[in-house]
Amino acid sequence: MKKLTWRQIKARYRYSVILLKELVRTDFKVRYQGSVLGYLWSLLRPLFMFIILYFIFVYFLKIGKGIPHWPVALLLGIVMWNFFTEITNQGLRSIVNKGGVIRKINFPKYIIILSASISALINLLINLVIIAIFIAVNHVPLTWAMLMIPLFIVEMFMFAIGCAFILSTVYVKYRDVNFVWDIIIQGAFYASAVLFPLSRVATSSAFAAKVMLLNPAAQAIQDARHFLLPATMPSANDYIHHAGILLIPFAIILVVFVFGAIYFRKRSPHFAEEI
Amino acid sequence: MVKLPNDVAIRVENIHKNFHLPHHNEDSLKSKVITLFEKKDKEIDTQHALRGINFDIKKGEFFGILGRNGSGKSTLLKIISEIYQPTKGKVYRQGSLVAFIELGVGFNPQLTGRENVYLNAALLGFSRKEIDEFYDEVVEFSELQDHMEQKLKNYSSGMKVRLAFAVAIQAHADILVLDEVLAVGDADFQRKCYNYFKELKNERKTIIFVSHSMGLVREYCDRAVLIEDGKISHQGSADDIAEEYLRLFNKPQYEKEQAAKAAAERSKERWGSGEVQFVSITTDITPSELTVVIEVEGNAAVNDVTIGLDIYAVHADKKILTTGVEDTIQRKHSFTINKGEHKTFRYTFENLFGYGDYSITASLKSPGGDYIYNYWRDAASFSDPKRTTKYFPTVYPVKIEEK
Repeated sequence: MKKLTWRQIKARYRYSVILLKELVRTDFKVRYQGSVLGYLWSLLRPLFMFIILYFIFVYFLKIGKGIPHWPVALLLGIVMWNFFTEITNQGLRSIVNKGGVIRKINFPKYIIILSASISALINLLINLVIIAIFIAVNHVPLTWAMLMIPLFIVEMFMFAIGCAFILSTVYVKYRDVNFVWDIIIQGAFYASAVLFPLSRVATSSAFAAKVMLLNPAAQAIQDARHFLLPATMPSANDYIHHAGILLIPFAIILVVFVFGAIYFRKRSPHFAEEI
Repeated sequence: MVKLPNDVAIRVENIHKNFHLPHHNEDSLKSKVITLFEKKDKEIDTQHALRGINFDIKKGEFFGILGRNGSGKSTLLKIISEIYQPTKGKVYRQGSLVAFIELGVGFNPQLTGRENVYLNAALLGFSRKEIDEFYDEVVEFSELQDHMEQKLKNYSSGMKVRLAFAVAIQAHADILVLDEVLAVGDADFQRKCYNYFKELKNERKTIIFVSHSMGLVREYCDRAVLIEDGKISHQGSADDIAEEYLRLFNKPQYEKEQAAKAAAERSKERWGSGEVQFVSITTDITPSELTVVIEVEGNAAVNDVTIGLDIYAVHADKKILTTGVEDTIQRKHSFTINKGEHKTFRYTFENLFGYGDYSITASLKSPGGDYIYNYWRDAASFSDPKRTTKYFPTVYPVKIEEK
């Protein structure tokens, strides 16, 4: 009985899995078409970006002065933030971009959002490898706590997917969303304390730091940094000290994800005629 | 959920489909906000593409959907293929379905032929492993052995179609939806298409087929429906429906052609209300005189009939003379005729025409000229061999006598 159910599940998602693999593969192939170094760029691009940022922040801006290994924490934050924006930006346009196929064939539309996010996931993994290089070069102490970091990446992923479901659905009808989201992302970048340590905010206003941590992106980045550098980076808990309030960002993610999934599921049968 | 009888593959039940066509471009929030304030006529442009479609397709049936462009058949096809959602009604289905609304869905010009086979086949539900198994077959069928590693953007459109079709025939679903797109390409390729259709028919697959080619419909379809204006207008054997379709398609055009032809015919010959009509008009020309003998016949008793003769110079393409109008002839002539009565008139014109070909258009009309009993274009003609034209008077000398 149980075996049959498993087979049914497999049969049910067989098509989705096949499609997902093929879309991700296509996306990757097309992205580096015509470049000599090809896939190597997905490694080289972030590497050079990080080297530039590293020098700027260590030798010129000195924002995180006094925090040991701050540049590595900075990079982790940027990587996580880029992961979020890549999923939401790609996701937002993905349904409309695939309009030609949607109008000709019936298939589960969420696969499109997933495939856009998996490309981002692959980029994230490459970036994490580069961060590992920086960790080694900087002699950042290796701890078991680092194993917690993927949890917050998953958290970020859920949040981004939830947003992408909503954005892509609205975008089908209202192309303004594109511009609105651009602006929101710009604001949220600073509200998420990506470029500066949250402690800088906390020193001038502890309350402001607490409010910022209600933002799931800020909380996920702060906690990931905490587990990267447990000794020097405080966790969200260290700022808030309240279990109920600490749960708010997670509750936001849950609401966004569930609402996004339901909304997307309800609207997706109409995409073909609305695009 | 309705349980379908075992032998039914698809049941289309009371399908309605409306499309809302907004006046304004509602693609932006701004216009949405604006339309919030002006609530009027929002639903005014509702297009009823389908209005209550019902039919069953049996398993193993080759089923045709016919209709003119814009009749709603493509919309119906998309609803059956679950690409569109019906506004009302439901489509029930037993078995898997693959739809070919278009060949080569998802083809990416940046990828090679080989990569596109895998991509396109994945959209049809094949895993990489399954594609590996039939890949060689696809290459062979498409006859593109030397091009599989080339990018698709370098393919000709014919090559693309061949590749797409080679993948499409690998699809094995219980129900196949084939739009007419399949029957494109050169003669050789079409032969392959037909072989494929034949194979499908022999395998007793359930096929939903849309085509404008009545030859194909007659040959392959068992049954068909004709969609007209969003409704099924006819339903029955493929032969009957194909005929119905052709009739429908030809009706307006055929009638228009016939009407145009008849009008052309009439203008060349005769028309009019017919109370009096011409029987014959003959001409005789000498260097000094043109004689026109006109025989008329009364179909009813009519008073005050005027004979109008327009003489055209064919070589110069212009009218040179009109009788029956006072200012040219100055001797207006009218007569009375009874039913069944014949009358013959002789018009003798002084020959002032000169070298050339002339044609006479004759008419029988009321004195004012606004009521035409009979009009006969190019009723008679004559040639004047005379080399010289004397003069052309404002009042033409003519003698009219009744015989």
